[in-house]
Amino acid sequence: MSQQLFGYRRENGKVGIRNHVIILPVDDISNAACEGVARQVQGTLALPHAYGRLQYGPDLDLHFRTMIGTGSNPNVAAVVVIGIEENWAKKIADEIAKTGKPVSYFSIEGNGDLETVRAASWKAKEYVQWATELQRVPIELKELTVSIKCGESDTTTGLGSCPTVSQAVDRLVDAGATVFFGETSELTGGEHLIRDRMATPELRDQFMAIYDNYVGEIASKGVDLLGSQPTQGNIAGGLSTIEEKALGNIAKTGSKEVIGVLEPADKPENGPGLYFMDTSSAAAECITLMAAGGAVLHLFPTGQGNIIGNPIEPVVKITANPITAATMSEHIDVNVQGLLSRNISLEEAGDQLMEMICRTVNGRLTSAEALGHREFVMTKLYRSA
Amino acid sequence: MSNNSQASTLTEKQSEAAGNVSTHKFLIHHRGDHVGVATSPIQKGEKVVGIYMDDNSDIVVTAKGDIPLGHKISLVNLEAGEPVLKYGVQVGLTTDRWEIGEYVHTHNIKTARW
Repeated sequence: MSQQLFGYRRENGKVGIRNHVIILPVDDISNAACEGVARQVQGTLALPHAYGRLQYGPDLDLHFRTMIGTGSNPNVAAVVVIGIEENWAKKIADEIAKTGKPVSYFSIEGNGDLETVRAASWKAKEYVQWATELQRVPIELKELTVSIKCGESDTTTGLGSCPTVSQAVDRLVDAGATVFFGETSELTGGEHLIRDRMATPELRDQFMAIYDNYVGEIASKGVDLLGSQPTQGNIAGGLSTIEEKALGNIAKTGSKEVIGVLEPADKPENGPGLYFMDTSSAAAECITLMAAGGAVLHLFPTGQGNIIGNPIEPVVKITANPITAATMSEHIDVNVQGLLSRNISLEEAGDQLMEMICRTVNGRLTSAEALGHREFVMTKLYRSA
Repeated sequence: MSNNSQASTLTEKQSEAAGNVSTHKFLIHHRGDHVGVATSPIQKGEKVVGIYMDDNSDIVVTAKGDIPLGHKISLVNLEAGEPVLKYGVQVGLTTDRWEIGEYVHTHNIKTARW
């Protein structure tokens, strides 16, 4: 990697590649106030979502972990938290504050939306003017945390775009970077291949327990995934079974051993390397969890053309499908259709992706960013009380 | 089946051997796989070349059906209920008898998981 990379080094030493000031609602009913602040103060970004009321147990824990992780992500310079009640807004702000970044919280009860928007807007304006003066500084590839997940897969993802991402994953891990993959139920048919790459027997047991639990949860509903796995889009693209889809999916994970198994939205604690995170295979939920775990850049192979983006984590799209590359070109950042015609080698495709990673790190907006894709979706484990 | 050491396209001689087919129309992940994936649309009756991605060797098959880009072509004869290999790994079971060159999809392969 010869190209110099530039990013934002945060107060805790972590490196981000974007510089967002976010307005974070604790709950669904605080979305309006957050959007009000973002309309008032240019350069800020509200992250509306659907949940946060009357959740309990592990589902509530995950809600907090996702909120706190999102605010703590190094792509975020500063955070304004708004909730209906003061205690939960304070709890989230206090945890984000441990990163050292500027964070303030506001509560609506007893104040109303208008007074809350007024007070929060003053703080948001202060933050955005501070953040816009921060400069990018030289960083190294090893300081990045990258996530991977594919979508609208077809047989071309297994042939081309996923092996291209595999090239990048191996090069990133070799450079000392951290990489997340997930999509628990979509490993079905190849789960033994992931199990066998776990670095220790403990991780192997941990992974299989998570996998069996997820698949058991689906079975406990008295249904199977026939009809939703593969999806209609997958089938139109030529994928016939979940096993075939899973093997294409796994083709993007590179060849390195897996050094950690993470709960959804968890932070990697075992040092640099490749981690599995327990996630849904739905793109927005998965990427939201990975960003909350600290990922600053996402690599997204697609076959039939998934258009997903994330508000704080840039999503780079890679396709090898020549029809998708032609009909949905505005969504594609890296076109590796030459792998199907064999005009380029896998290593050359890997070079192209690494170049796009560098350009994206250094500030090039991804197609999803340029088109305003900001899918922020909380994972809900079960219905609220 | 000849060994093609160059990754990109077939040599003239190999094309002749393949029945004047100029270039590959499908790829196979792994030697021993039961299916290939069309990288261009294939028409019924067409004699098509496939390339094994792990060793760059090639195979010629006559298609028994129309096969859209990204869809699968059978490389072996199989009875109903047999395991199907792709990536060198089982990806499902046949639900019907297959012959070489057939279009393979949800009508003649199913998951072994549910």
